[in-house]
Amino acid sequence: MTNKTRIKLPENPAVGDVIEIRALINHVMETGNRKDAAGQVIPRNIVKSLTVTFASIPVFSAEFGPGISSNPFVAFYMRVPGPGEFVFTWEDDDGHTTIERTPLNVA
Amino acid sequence: MLALMLRSAPGHAETNSSATSPAPGGASPAPSLAGRIPVSPGLSHSPQFEQVLQEVLADAEPVLDGPLTIELPELAENGNVVPYTLAVESPMTDADYVRTLHLLSSANPQAAVAKFHLIPATGKASVSGRMRLAKTQDVVAVAELFTGQLLVAVRKVEVTIGGCGNE
Repeated sequence: MTNKTRIKLPENPAVGDVIEIRALINHVMETGNRKDAAGQVIPRNIVKSLTVTFASIPVFSAEFGPGISSNPFVAFYMRVPGPGEFVFTWEDDDGHTTIERTPLNVA
Repeated sequence: MLALMLRSAPGHAETNSSATSPAPGGASPAPSLAGRIPVSPGLSHSPQFEQVLQEVLADAEPVLDGPLTIELPELAENGNVVPYTLAVESPMTDADYVRTLHLLSSANPQAAVAKFHLIPATGKASVSGRMRLAKTQDVVAVAELFTGQLLVAVRKVEVTIGGCGNE
């Protein structure tokens, strides 16, 4: 299973700029509270975590609970140290890991 | 399903109200069960929330109405998708930065909604996303600073149609 992701970065920020990073992954975020038509509990399957590195250095991480909406979206900030590559890693309850690599071009 | 989700709220405040003095004038928020954060009038906080909050705060004395803010709509028509922003006025330097931001729900089946880890290189202590709200409730944010100080912010959100998969 692959989950579609979407990353949004500003184009060509300058070194030292504080930029907003927006990351989204398509995922049902099944809470484990719902039942199907037959009355069976639908097993929980949520994206548990997102870790973000830039130029191999961890810059941000998130732990999610079932209270996060489906297709979890997060926006956060980083001060640009120079050019580099973002690596976004999401992990869900089923053990699926989704990795997205996005270069940041610097003006 | 709805009944299961709502079950935790009533009764809890009642059993504990004798332990806390009533809010003066009735206008200001009553102290919460643990007496550590305010509860919006007419609402109560679930026992599970109180437990999670206690684990986060431990023995620290949290600062209310400090530089931590939660941005949320006052009225959420769809509890499945409620946009939030947590932000702290912080220089984000090596000596003074926000280490962790907690997003907690006082009336969802699971109180711990999200936890964010920041570093000075984050540059700006602000995180946004979208959360589920099962019903009208207080949403609570806690910021852990590098200095060890804890900041707390509480915001009430009116929910028209509850989220959390109780449809």
